[in-house]
Amino acid sequence: MNSTRRKDRPRRSLLYIPGNSPGMLQNCSIYGSDGVLLDLEDAISISEKDSARKLVKYALLSLDFGEVERVVRINGRDTPFFEADLAEIIPAAPDAIRLPKVDSAEDVIEADRIISRIEAERGLKPGSVGIQAMLETARAIVNVNSIAAASPRLVGLTLGGQDLAADLGIKATKVGLELLYAKSAVVIAAKAFGLDAFDTVYTDVADLEGLAEAAAISVSLGFSGKAAIHPSQIPVIHAAFAPSEKEVAKAARVVAAAKDAAARGLGVISVDGRMVDAPVVAQAARTLELAVLAGMEVPEL
Amino acid sequence: MNFECVKNSLGRLVPREVPGLGAMAPYAGAYSRLDGSYVWTSTAQPHRVSAPSADKIASSLRAAIERSGLRNGMTISFHHHLRNGDAVVGLVLAELERMGYHDLTLAPSSLGDSHDCVADAIRKGVVTRLNTSGVRGEVGKAITNGLLDTPAVIRSHGGRARAIEEGSLHIDVAFLAAPACDRLGNMTGSAGKTACGSMGYAIHDAKYAAHVIAVTDNLVDYPLAPRISVPQYLVDQVVLVDSIGDPSQIATGATRITRDPIQLRIAELAFKLIRSSGYIRENCSFQTGGGGPSLAVARFVRDYMKDNAITGSYCIGGITGYMADMLKDGLFRSLFDVQSFDAAVTSSLANNPYHMEADVSWYANPFNKGCLVNDLDVVVLAALDVDVDFNVDVLTGHDGVLRGASGGHCDTAAGAKLSVITIPSMRNGVPSIREKVQTIVTPGETVDVIVTEKGIAINPLREDLLKKARDARLPVKDIRQLKAEIERTTGIPDEVAFSDDIVGLVEYRDGTIIDSIRKLK
Repeated sequence: MNSTRRKDRPRRSLLYIPGNSPGMLQNCSIYGSDGVLLDLEDAISISEKDSARKLVKYALLSLDFGEVERVVRINGRDTPFFEADLAEIIPAAPDAIRLPKVDSAEDVIEADRIISRIEAERGLKPGSVGIQAMLETARAIVNVNSIAAASPRLVGLTLGGQDLAADLGIKATKVGLELLYAKSAVVIAAKAFGLDAFDTVYTDVADLEGLAEAAAISVSLGFSGKAAIHPSQIPVIHAAFAPSEKEVAKAARVVAAAKDAAARGLGVISVDGRMVDAPVVAQAARTLELAVLAGMEVPEL
Repeated sequence: MNFECVKNSLGRLVPREVPGLGAMAPYAGAYSRLDGSYVWTSTAQPHRVSAPSADKIASSLRAAIERSGLRNGMTISFHHHLRNGDAVVGLVLAELERMGYHDLTLAPSSLGDSHDCVADAIRKGVVTRLNTSGVRGEVGKAITNGLLDTPAVIRSHGGRARAIEEGSLHIDVAFLAAPACDRLGNMTGSAGKTACGSMGYAIHDAKYAAHVIAVTDNLVDYPLAPRISVPQYLVDQVVLVDSIGDPSQIATGATRITRDPIQLRIAELAFKLIRSSGYIRENCSFQTGGGGPSLAVARFVRDYMKDNAITGSYCIGGITGYMADMLKDGLFRSLFDVQSFDAAVTSSLANNPYHMEADVSWYANPFNKGCLVNDLDVVVLAALDVDVDFNVDVLTGHDGVLRGASGGHCDTAAGAKLSVITIPSMRNGVPSIREKVQTIVTPGETVDVIVTEKGIAINPLREDLLKKARDARLPVKDIRQLKAEIERTTGIPDEVAFSDDIVGLVEYRDGTIIDSIRKLK
């Protein structure tokens, strides 16, 4: 099991797995998602909270998740389960916890404080468990910049589409354009502080075409990944993150030109007769990474 | 029952001789009788010349049975094209019971979920010997619990065709359900409200049975046209009944593409393995079933062929509507249909001349001069259990009770260039890869690949496949490693306790005995 957080691992898709389902938990490594969100919150009824927490803990301790990132969505700070969740889950060393109902920097700081205490008590490497903050209210969106800056333990931001729409008093549509401002705010704050940004779920499991449309928007806004609620959504999400062959070819030319320029000590990089600068090179490198993840053929450089 | 046994080449104890069944040869390798030197002699049977008739319609089922000359101790057969909707087996067995028949050998092409009536006929002594491919529900329990005095004989589709042709399985009276039939006995499965598609098994029984009775609920004007599956010259009598089966059940069959993520994962891995093997190419041939991940594999294959503009030669076997659509889309040039798995097939079979009906000997009989499976490139098969020697059990449930079917499993595995077994790593927490399967139906020698959601095991005999799969970066694992990985989650279950009594025999396609079925303790 890999408990050291890897900055460079893919996070295109995160699949929610109900924490009280042993059958689903034991198959986490085969659904094909980049990460799993083992859910102790909304998917679990009050009467099941204790058993789900135990089950997820032992799943983390005993099952092989392969290359799949292990994130546990615990219950929010405003619930009686918050501290118990952290007390049981942190010693099992997930890659991150997803903290729902984050309204302010205070919520993240409090979680960080408790996690740090548990890490110290258990002799775990300090800071090894990350936090993904889930913004689900208008207030959270207003506070997004201070939330993003709240803790070095923070690794990603995400929003809860359904709760946010409810808080705004608007109807959540499938594609979710009504949340455009909130989504952009989350993406920009995340980028500003070097965090990942995850888009909310697409709730209609049967409508894969609609999901493809929504995922394309997630990609265009700059999200690094999107949550999924059914394994059938994963290939669709991954396809949205896959560059086109034309983009890959162009990116390969850019990266090759940059290497060539560096080797020859040239400060100016030229591709197809045009000058390109450093950000374009960085973006081209990212395109190639995504192409590799998508299983596309990438020219050797 | 205990018989003098001998170890066959797989180390399984099998009888040399069984009273009532005769002498038997132990299995000696999948191709031991297929090197061109093996000779068989057909058993001579008397053939009665029928008086010319312009109307073969019997006044009732009872009258037809009386006229057939059926006597106690004889063998009757049925086909299983009506799947779980079949009513004819029950109808005939009930009539035979009323007429006081006993001690019959029942030799249908297979039995399914609608045939619990057979267990009843066994209990009442109407049926005392059983030959079948499928053993489900009450029939499986009856055999496993030792209700038959003579061991049941389980044959593959190809093996049954062979046995009938050589005369080791002689059918005295065949009762053939006919979805459409005329007064002289021409019949087809591709018309009528109980249309079932191909009649591939029925054609073979009609050719070899001493007496053939068509049982129909859809008597059409003479001649049945334009398609005839079983021609009139093979048919002695026609019986009109109210219903030969439940149309809604005949249309069932596991033909939806699964949405189960585990099955889909297995299908995806199986497809990638097949792709890496290089067998999906211009003019390739392909067979897959309708259950579990099979159809999902077909979907991946279909998409791949479309994207790469590959046209296959043919598909064979149990045909689903999905395969018929692939034919329509031009992905394969033809279909050989021995058995249709769903109602979607019927219109294709009736209207598309490239969708051809094939009898079961043509499909899989290893002793004829060239069966379809011998030229097959890829077959995708399911299994109940597999073992570390790649042997496959498609008969025994985890409780030790028979609940499966031999089908064309061992025929296609032996014939195809690439045989792929798709199987979930565990069912209800019980691991699917065992040290030794309880009952060997398909020998590991003929199995190339086992695909589970947790990884792919390739038969060490196929170094070529192993290299290609590794080059394609597929999750290939040694089968013992895969087994151990699964057991980390499941543990190793206790073995089911069997007695030494032999209650069934699994005959390999070439007529040798590959395994014995033991009575449950």
